[in-house]
Parts: sequence; structure tokens; C-alpha cells
Amino acid sequence: MSAAPAALGKDLVGLENLSADQIRTILDTAEPFKEISERRIKKVPVLRGKTIVNLFFEASTRTRISFEFAEKRLSADTVNIVAAGSSMQKGETLVDTARNLEAMRIDMVVIRHGSSGAAQFLADRIPSNVINAGDGRHEHPTQALLDLLTIRDRLKRIEGLKVCIVGDILHSRVARSNIYGLLTLGAQVAVCGPPTLMPPAVEELGVKMFTRLEQAIEWADVLNVLRLQLERMEAGYVPSLREYNRIWGVSKARLQAAKRELLVLHPGPMNRGVEIDSDVADGPHSVILDQVTNGVAVRMAVLYLLAGGQPERAEAAKQGGDT
Amino acid sequence: MPKDKRIHVMDEAEVRRQIARLAREIVERSGGTEDLVLMGVHRRGTQIAALIREEIEKSTGEPVAAGSVDITLYRDDLGTIGPRPVVGESELPVHGIDGKNVVLVDDVAYTGRTMRAAINELSDWGRPKRIQFCVLVDRGGRELPIQPDFTGKQVEVGEGQRVEVYVPELDGKLGVDLSSVAPEAV
Repeated sequence: MSAAPAALGKDLVGLENLSADQIRTILDTAEPFKEISERRIKKVPVLRGKTIVNLFFEASTRTRISFEFAEKRLSADTVNIVAAGSSMQKGETLVDTARNLEAMRIDMVVIRHGSSGAAQFLADRIPSNVINAGDGRHEHPTQALLDLLTIRDRLKRIEGLKVCIVGDILHSRVARSNIYGLLTLGAQVAVCGPPTLMPPAVEELGVKMFTRLEQAIEWADVLNVLRLQLERMEAGYVPSLREYNRIWGVSKARLQAAKRELLVLHPGPMNRGVEIDSDVADGPHSVILDQVTNGVAVRMAVLYLLAGGQPERAEAAKQGGDT
Repeated sequence: MPKDKRIHVMDEAEVRRQIARLAREIVERSGGTEDLVLMGVHRRGTQIAALIREEIEKSTGEPVAAGSVDITLYRDDLGTIGPRPVVGESELPVHGIDGKNVVLVDDVAYTGRTMRAAINELSDWGRPKRIQFCVLVDRGGRELPIQPDFTGKQVEVGEGQRVEVYVPELDGKLGVDLSSVAPEAV
């Protein structure tokens, strides 16, 4: 018989504090959920009667839609609140918003917020399950989980693989969650990108650093190419898109120099011709659309596992939690 | 170590005899194998279904469609059973179940709740012409008005006893026992 799944607790805020068993439980649980999306009736009744609020303080299309599909395919009732650009700010207003929602008897909150730590802040204060859909520069755990699932699907393992994350590491919650998850599962991780977009002392996270993309390609089994936020250019982190592409762009020519078949991931949305060339994005190395498909399955798994929840934790949060 | 008293119910030869009989009855009452689909209920039902299928294919010389169904997401006790149970794989038969003669196969019939869940799940997959229910062991104790159409063996089960069905893929042997100690949590 299979072992009982490792419990996740009340919330999913990040991968930093998850054990290898907990991460594996999520990935293993995602496997059977893939098939549900292939059915004619793409719905199972497992979250019937649960109310989920997707609370998006930052614009996001694909993450929100992916969560929404996952929720609906599990039969949950969902409400979307998009507060991007509004005057809602962190702190009391965030908690007030959530408490008002709770007063309407909700069960789960999926939150995206521009401030690092917003998800944890909320999780400590409301009894509902909280899932982090990206908070500031902190974490974006479900993105990293779907990346892990996609890599594991293709290469049949994570342990021992060499994965290089390419691009804007400094501002990237995707990079951070990936680093935690990959290291926990025993992969070797490297980062590669312009020095202006490297966090200081990034090696302290336990990753290798490459200053040239060619070196990274020679080393890696997997490249995870991050989106270059175009506003970074205005802020002076990179001189021009063309130069970025020339030095850091993943192109077919560069991949041909690789020693082995590389897997190329991208969390989307892509800037074609900037961080990734079209012939790579649409080529045989790319698993970018698999990532999108897997995103729904991974989110279904997280929702399913969290809804199983731990009532005693929810109880503790109701008492006010930590300050 | 648990004090484990096992009472022998069926050995391998007996299980195989029952499988052969179930296979014959299923073909007879389905009027052949043409629209027949055997759906095993995850996990041990899948193995029993495979044995029945093997038997039918051997005796009729015709291929039989098969699939499996994991009912975890259709359980009626998910709200109450604490940590989430492991979700297994479900596998739709290649040609679907619309208009088919579906036989759901499980190892043990007990409360009927598993069958209720399996029937609900199948109705989300399509519209079979007919659904029938086949078990290797019926231990009674129904909590829902659902009865098997094909039964291998009926077994009286006392307080605190449970039926243990062993299949080669998971247990290395084929057979049925009654055990008086609940095994370690799975």
C-alpha cells in the first residue's frame, strides 16, 4: 500500500519550508489529476460546497485562470477579486478585506500580492486556507511545483539533475521558489543573468552562478528561462532589449552547442526575441505548453491536499495567531 | 507486533474457480463480449478485473475492453477523514463507456459506498447502456441499497474482523483471509 501523504498544513505560502516528502506528495497527487482535464466532463465533486476567493492585488491572467480552472474542475465555487492598481494597500486593509470575505463564510483564499510576505501575513490571521499565487519578490510556489512536475515528467527524476535559471533572478519569486524546491529534491541549481539582476550573495542560497549563458548551457540539463519584465529596462537594469537578447537570449544556435539535449522551460508570458527566441520556444526542447497543462493539475493537487486541512491549525489562526 | 489471527477463506485454486465462474456468468448475462467493458475499482478491484478479463479472453478468444476507476474524489466522507487519502489513477477504456455494458469489479462488497461513488464517477464519464457490479467477496453490512449482480463468495464477518484479499501484484499471492486485527493504517 502507498504511504499516507505527507500533510501540508493549513496553507501553501512557499516551498522554502516544505520537506522533500511534502513536495513529492504534491507532485504525486498531481499525476492522477491530469487525467481529469482530459475527460469529457472535466469535473469531480471533491471540493463541492467549498467557496474559494481568488484575491489578486496584482495583474495576472494565466495564474488566475489556471487556479480558476483547477477550482472549477474540483467543483468549488469561486469568486475573483481583482484589485490591481487600486488603493488597497498591505497591512490592515489586506486583513480587513480578508475578514470581510470570511464574514461571508469562505473556505480558501488564493492570493497574489505585490508585497513580499503578504501571503504569510494573511495566513497567520484568517482560519481559511491560504495559497500564495505570488507575493512580491518572495515566492510563487505553485509555479515552481508545476516546473518540477514538468521536469520530472520528462526526465523521470529531479535528484541529481542540473537546472539553471536564466534571467532576472533579483526580482523573481519564480526563481526563488524554484531554487528552494529543486534543492530540497536534490537537484543542483545554478543561476545565470546580468550582474545587475543578480541578488547579492546569491550563492548563499546554495546555487552556482554563471556569468555567461554559454557556460550555463554547457553545464545544464534543464534551462528555466525567466521573463524579462520590460519595466526593468526603464529602470536601467539592462541597456536595451536587443542587447539583452544578444547576450542572454536563449537561441537555437546557442543550444546547438550544448553537450546533451536540454529541456527548456519558461513560466510565461514570453517575450519572443528577448529572453527566448521563437525557434526555441516552439522547438523540440521546449516544454512550455506542458508547463501550462501541468499548472492546472498541480493547483488541483494543492487545493485538494489543503482542503483536507488540519482543523486544529485553522482553530489556532482563528484565535488571532501570531502578531 | 499485532496479535494477528487469520482465518482462511479461499486459497488460490478456490479464487481461480470463482473467477472462472464469474467470467462465465458475466459473458452469459451480457450476451457475449461485444459491448462488454470491465472496470476495476482501484486498487484490488483492478487486479480482480484483470483476472476475470484474462479468463473471458481465454475462453471466448475475444478481446475485452477494460479500464479502472479510482473513487477517492467521489467519496462521501472526504469532509470527515482528516488527511487527504492518496488519489489513484483512473483509466477510461479506449472506446469509452457510452452505450457499453459496464461491469464494475471490486474485491469486497461491504457498505456499498464505494459502488455508489463508482457509479457516480462513471456517470460523469458517459452513459453506459448498463452498469453491473461484480465482487469476489460479499461480506454484507450494506449501508446503501446497492447489491452485487455477480458474487464470488459470501462471507460471514464477525465484530472486529476484516476481509483481506491478496492479489499477486500487491501481495505476492492470491487468496482471501479473514483477519481479526485491523492492519496498520495504510
